[in-house]
Amino acid sequence: MDSSALSYSLEFVAGSGHTLNVEQKTALQTSLLILKKNYKFNRVLFWGKILGLKEDYFIAQGRGEDEMQDKKNLYSFNCMDWFLLPPVTDSMMEEVSTAAKGRFIGDPSHVYELDRRGEADEEDVLTKVNEESRLAVTVHQIDEEASVIPRGAFVRSPHGLVQINRSFGGLSHSEAGKLDNYLHFSEPKRLKTKSILEMGDLNPAIDFLDELSDDIPKGSWSLQFECASNVCVLRSLLWLGLTSYHVPMTPQHGYIYIGHGIKNLDLPFML
Amino acid sequence: MDPNRDRSEERLQSAASFKAFMLKTDTKSNVNLYDHLSRLLMKVMDERPHNVIDVIEDMSRDMKRGLFEDKQSTLRDLPQTTAAELLAEQQRMLFTRPEEADQEEELILGTQSSYIVAEAEYREGEEEDEQGTEDAEEEETEAETGNENEMDPLPQSTYKPLPAVPKEALGTGANKFVYYVCKEPGLPWVKLPSVSPAQITAARQIRKFFTGNLETPIVSYPPFPGNEANYLRAQIARISAGTQVSPQGYFQAGEEEGDEEDEAPRDSYEVNPDFEGTSVTEMAESLSTWVHHVQHILQQGRCTWVNLAFKPGEDSNEEGEAEEKEEEPDEPEPEVGPSLLTPLSQDAGSNSKMFNTPPWTSKISSTLTSQHAVAVLRSNLWPGAYAYACGKKFENMYIGWGLKYAGEGYSPPVPPPPQKEYPSGSEITEALDPSLEEEQALKESLEEQQAAQEEMEGTDEEEEEDDD
Repeated sequence: MDSSALSYSLEFVAGSGHTLNVEQKTALQTSLLILKKNYKFNRVLFWGKILGLKEDYFIAQGRGEDEMQDKKNLYSFNCMDWFLLPPVTDSMMEEVSTAAKGRFIGDPSHVYELDRRGEADEEDVLTKVNEESRLAVTVHQIDEEASVIPRGAFVRSPHGLVQINRSFGGLSHSEAGKLDNYLHFSEPKRLKTKSILEMGDLNPAIDFLDELSDDIPKGSWSLQFECASNVCVLRSLLWLGLTSYHVPMTPQHGYIYIGHGIKNLDLPFML
Repeated sequence: MDPNRDRSEERLQSAASFKAFMLKTDTKSNVNLYDHLSRLLMKVMDERPHNVIDVIEDMSRDMKRGLFEDKQSTLRDLPQTTAAELLAEQQRMLFTRPEEADQEEELILGTQSSYIVAEAEYREGEEEDEQGTEDAEEEETEAETGNENEMDPLPQSTYKPLPAVPKEALGTGANKFVYYVCKEPGLPWVKLPSVSPAQITAARQIRKFFTGNLETPIVSYPPFPGNEANYLRAQIARISAGTQVSPQGYFQAGEEEGDEEDEAPRDSYEVNPDFEGTSVTEMAESLSTWVHHVQHILQQGRCTWVNLAFKPGEDSNEEGEAEEKEEEPDEPEPEVGPSLLTPLSQDAGSNSKMFNTPPWTSKISSTLTSQHAVAVLRSNLWPGAYAYACGKKFENMYIGWGLKYAGEGYSPPVPPPPQKEYPSGSEITEALDPSLEEEQALKESLEEQQAAQEEMEGTDEEEEEDDD
C-alpha cells in the first residue's frame, strides 16, 4: 500500500477488522518520508503489521527502480524508528521453517530453539533462529505467495525492468469481479508450464506474472465487493490477514498484511 | 418568369415530399434514411477517408451497427441497486423506531461475503415453537423402523445413540441473547436459530470457513448437525463466552435467586450503579481488572450442567458426554466451569498450557497522548476479538474469520474403529486338529464315563422300581 495513499486506502481494507489509529497514521506519514529520503527509495510502501504477543511489528517496504527486484523491508515498533531486515537466503528459510513455531513474540532478539539431540541420527542437532530472521522470512514468503496486483498495473520493459504502468486506468467493474485479472506480484512459477495455445493470448508486457486463478487449492482467495460495491476486496485464505483492494476504473490498488504471520496450513480442511 | 417560378416551386415541393418520404421512420429500427445519410456524410466529412466510394457501404453498415450497439448498452447499464441508497433508507427507520438494546456487533468474514452480527437481549414472550418441530422428527424415525420386522432378521446394530443433551431455554445460558445477521449494511436482518449443545460440541471439533450463505450445508467430519446458520450461531456462542469481557466492578452479581441453589452457578448480573471506572493504565497492565460477563460453556455444550443419567426410562450408566475422558459408571461428576465475573487473570493459567500462548494481549492505544488513550485488550485465542475500556465505557467487538486459534496445525479427529463383524467366541475361533493319541485318549475317557453312567442308571432304575 503506497505510503502517500495510506490515509484513504486504509479505509478500503478496514473491512478485515484491522486499521491504524490516528497516531500511527500521522507518525507513518512523517517517518516514511524520511525513510524514502535516507535510503534513496523510489517509493515506499506501508507493507503491514505482524501482531506479536507483546509488541507488534510494523513493516515498510522500499522499492527501487525495478519494482520486483529492488525491494528492501524494514520494521519498526513505534512507526518512527526503522530497522532494516536481513536479506533472505535459502538456508535461513529452512532454519526458520524447522525451528520457529507458534506466535511471534514481539522481541527481535528472541531465540527459537529446536533441540533434536534426543532423537538419533539427526545431523543438525540444535537449530537456533532469532525472531528477526523469522520476520524477514515471513515477510518474504507472504510477498512471494500472496502479494496481489490487478492485471496491467505493472509493465515489464524489453530490458526486463518491472515498473509501474502509468497508463493503467483500472479494471472495469466486470473485469474486477474475476480472479484471472489479478496477478501475483512475484517471480512467476507456473507461467512456463502453460501451453503455447494459452500463451498466445498473453501480452508479454503485462502478462509476465502468475494469475491468482491458477492457485492451488482452488478457492484460496475470497473476492468481494465492499463499500457499496465500489471497491473490490481480495482476501487470502492461505495467509489470513492479507487484504488487497482495487477500486475499479481507477488506478488505485494495493495490499496490506495485518495478521499473526502464520500460514494457514489447515486450508484444505476448511474449504 | 412565372413558368420558371412555378417550376422551381414544383421542384421544391417535390424535393420536400421526397424529404418527407426519407424522413419516414422504419417500423423496426426506428431510424430514418435522411438522418442516416446526413450522419454518414458528416462522418465522411469528418474523417475524409481514402477511396470513399469503396468503403461507403462498410461505413454505412458500421453506422447502423453502432446505433444498435448503443441501444444494447443502454439496456445493460440499467441502474444497479445502490446499496448506499438502501442503507440510507434503513438508517432512516433506525431513527424512528424504538429498537431492542443492541449490545455488541460482530463481523464474521466469509469466503464469498461477510456477516454482520448484532446481539440483542431476549425479550420475554417471543416465539418458542422450535421444540415442537424436533419432536416431530423423532417420531418419524421411529415409524420407519417399525416396518422392517417382517423381513429376515438383519444383524442389529448394537450402537445406541447417546442421549441428546437438552437445549438451553431461550434467555438462559448459551441462548441468553438472540442474534441477527445481515450481509451488508442496508440489507434485511435475519434471525439466527438458537443453539443446541450438540452443535457446540461439533463446532469445537471442526474448522471450516464461512461462505456467506446461511443455507450452505456444512460438510465436515465429525458431521455437524445443521447448516451454516447453525454453525454461525454455535461459533458466536463460543466467541461470546470466550471473549466478552468488562472492567471489574462494572457488573455485579444479580441478587434475586442466586442463594437458593448452591450448586448452580450465578447466571445473572446487573449494572453496578456505583461503578467509578478504573484508570486506563491499570486496565492495560493487569488482566485481573477485567472479568468475563458471559457464562463459560462447559464440555457438555451447555452453560449449566445437566445430569443425563437421571433421565427417566434410560440406563443409568449411559454416558451423556461424548468428550469426557473418565468413564464414570454410576454418577457422572457434575461439570463446573468458572463462575460468572471471573477475572481474566484466572483463565490465563489454564489456557497457556495449550499453545504456549497467553490468551490475552493488553495495550494502551496511544503512547504519546496517554490522557486520551483507551485500554485495548486483544484475544489471542480468538483472533479478531477486541475489547476496549475507557473510564466507565467499555465495548466488545469481533471482526474475524470465526475460527479459534488452533496452535500447530489442525488434525481432524479419526473416525471410530469399525464395528466387529461377529462376536468372537469359543465356537467360532479356529482350533488345532487333535492328534491320534489325543483322540484315542478322549475316546477312552468317554467310554469310561459311559460305563460309569450305565452303572448309575442301573441303580437308579432299581430304586425307581422300589418306589413304585
